Amino acid sequence: MGTIIIPTVVSLSVLGLVLAIVLYLVAQKFKVEEDPRIDDVEAVMPGANCGGCGFAGCRAFAENCVKAGSLDGFFCPVGGNAVMQKVADTLGLQVEEKEPMVAVVRCHGTCDNRETTNIYDGCTSCKVKANLYSGDTGCKYGCLGCGDCVQACKFGAISMNPKTGLPEVDENKCTACGACVKACPKGVIELRNKGKKSMRVFVKCINKDKGAVARKACKVACIGCGKCKTVCPFDAITVENNVAYIDFTKCRLCRKCAEACPTKAIWDVNFPVRVPKAEPKPAAAPAPAAAPAPAPEVKPVETPKNE
Amino acid sequence: MKTFKIGGVHPNDSKISKDCAIEDFPVLERAYLSMAQHLGAPAEPIVQKGDKVKVGQLIAKPSGFVSANIHSSVSGTVAAVEPYADLAGNPVMHVIIDVEGDEWEESIDRTPDVVREIKLSKEEIIKKIQECGIVGLGGASFPTHIKLTPPPGKVAEYLLINGAECEPFLTSDYRLMLEQPEQVLIGAKIMMKALDVTKCRFGVEENKPEAIAKLKTFAAQYPEIEIVPLKKKYPQGGEKQLIEALTGRRVPSMGLPIDAGAVVQNCGTALAVYEAVQKNKPLFEGIVTVTGNCSEQQRNFRLRAGTPIINLLDAIGRIPADAAKIISGGPMMGKAVSNLLAATVKSSSAILMLTEEETKRKPESNCIRCGKCIDACPMGLEPYLLVRYARANMFDELETEKIYDCIECGCCLFSCPAYIPLLDHIRAAKAEVMKIMRSRPKK
Repeated sequence: MGTIIIPTVVSLSVLGLVLAIVLYLVAQKFKVEEDPRIDDVEAVMPGANCGGCGFAGCRAFAENCVKAGSLDGFFCPVGGNAVMQKVADTLGLQVEEKEPMVAVVRCHGTCDNRETTNIYDGCTSCKVKANLYSGDTGCKYGCLGCGDCVQACKFGAISMNPKTGLPEVDENKCTACGACVKACPKGVIELRNKGKKSMRVFVKCINKDKGAVARKACKVACIGCGKCKTVCPFDAITVENNVAYIDFTKCRLCRKCAEACPTKAIWDVNFPVRVPKAEPKPAAAPAPAAAPAPAPEVKPVETPKNE
Repeated sequence: MKTFKIGGVHPNDSKISKDCAIEDFPVLERAYLSMAQHLGAPAEPIVQKGDKVKVGQLIAKPSGFVSANIHSSVSGTVAAVEPYADLAGNPVMHVIIDVEGDEWEESIDRTPDVVREIKLSKEEIIKKIQECGIVGLGGASFPTHIKLTPPPGKVAEYLLINGAECEPFLTSDYRLMLEQPEQVLIGAKIMMKALDVTKCRFGVEENKPEAIAKLKTFAAQYPEIEIVPLKKKYPQGGEKQLIEALTGRRVPSMGLPIDAGAVVQNCGTALAVYEAVQKNKPLFEGIVTVTGNCSEQQRNFRLRAGTPIINLLDAIGRIPADAAKIISGGPMMGKAVSNLLAATVKSSSAILMLTEEETKRKPESNCIRCGKCIDACPMGLEPYLLVRYARANMFDELETEKIYDCIECGCCLFSCPAYIPLLDHIRAAKAEVMKIMRSRPKK
């Protein structure tokens, strides 16, 4: 027995030692000098590798940060300001604080609001559907409802509401990486600032048709009447191509536009319920039937206004 | 018997309307003439609301190099020039005309006599074709005068006439070859003169023996035109496939038929050319097959452009109750009509009604790497691979795999045992890749 085991152990040990020395020497010879700070930066990154920063992953982001020597134009949407501050500390650089953003679905063409004009039986992909034709409703701008955004989201923040047939964004999970914005062939989803206490005002429609046409296709379409623009005291609203757009950098959340909108296409979300003042609110148009219950307090999910 | 070498499938040809003679479809009260009846830039309307127009009068001029004239298909008053939804529901500029009587332009020769002598010169022929707004009637609606003017440095050797009609259900070309064979052959002669070629081959699939026989009797007077029966295989009528079948040459990737020394024209186009050059008649009507297994009647109409599809279907009786999908074109490459108010165009070839059973897609399952799609692809692509890349948005890889060569014939989808919507994904990704390729600066 011993005559077999001992030579085996010895020969293998010697072989292992020789190869280890060879490997060591080769490793020394072909050593790649890498900035150790890249590892440090990568260590503080969230590691989601979502690509939301515009680079291939967290490692690539770290490499580019270190190479650039300044953090201008770099932002990790997943980690937000906290992570960017850590990155800045690691590299000894300055970073500007950025307002947190969130993905916003700008369409409320639910099954009730938007009549189906034909049945789509092709494959479940918005990209394919958009390439084929204008869609299965009268509105050719709105959400196609095949869920490409849901597929694109790596954080499970978007889900399809089977009742409305529209995607809903979970604000707590959304990191504003922008993957859904890129995935949507109709450009329905937009990144907007999260707002103070998550309070936001936005136009939930992107229909560029003339008022009558838009309204015929969808009950809650923006008809481009411009009433919101007139009432806005901060000049935050523009009406172009028959659709209003609220510039969130200028909006001060006064909510006058939401009140003025005749089709209730302007939404204000996460606002506390208003204490009725002396002057009552103008009679609201019938609220969307599929909408959830009234919002008694600050809620993470978007809830329609004034119910 | 000749055919192309790689790929292809054999769908049931379902030519149920083949014995219906061509009838003139009555002119309706209103005509909706699209400004995008051809490939390329939409035409620009030159008439205004209130203008009186006659049948065959020019109503729109081309707005770019690849574009074509559009002529009125009816006589009456222009009711509006405004966007109107097309087959896919997208708004396109239309000239809408209220029909009053049926007054044709005096210059059009409406007699049935066959004019055999070609008087015009080469340049005059091409000019005439351009003036008359002739576009390819094989499906892509490419302006014919551009096809007949080979780019400098390239020489055409063959004129190939496409009478394959490989799409199931369609019989418009078949009826044409049967009822007006001599006119089609004269049309081919005219195009031969325009191209300065001496060889012309006319490919007809073997499932149309009557048409082959009829064309052969008339072709005796035109020895330069060779009638070639082709094996029945889809997509025989694809430009590149037809060139391979008739000449044995292959068009290089990204190349044009002229790179293989050939110009392909549909037999419908040949008739349109004959009518334009010999009879001075612009292209504003064409043969449209109205068919479907669920439909009681099958018809072949000579239909003016601008007829709303709903009116066309009403005219042959009600839309069958079990018709679930209406397709403009054939079942393989046609487009589903999502808007029945949309109007036909001059290159419309068929309106097909399918039942839910015929059209319903079976649930998709996983790819089992059987390779049937690769065998079926007539362009030698690997559809399953393209779809994998397309789903991951890997556009560089898609370009390396030559997705731009895809002719969107649907053979892969037809052959897939897992019912994967291969073509849907490839078509969407191809559009994306083409956009990227076009955005690159030209060398």
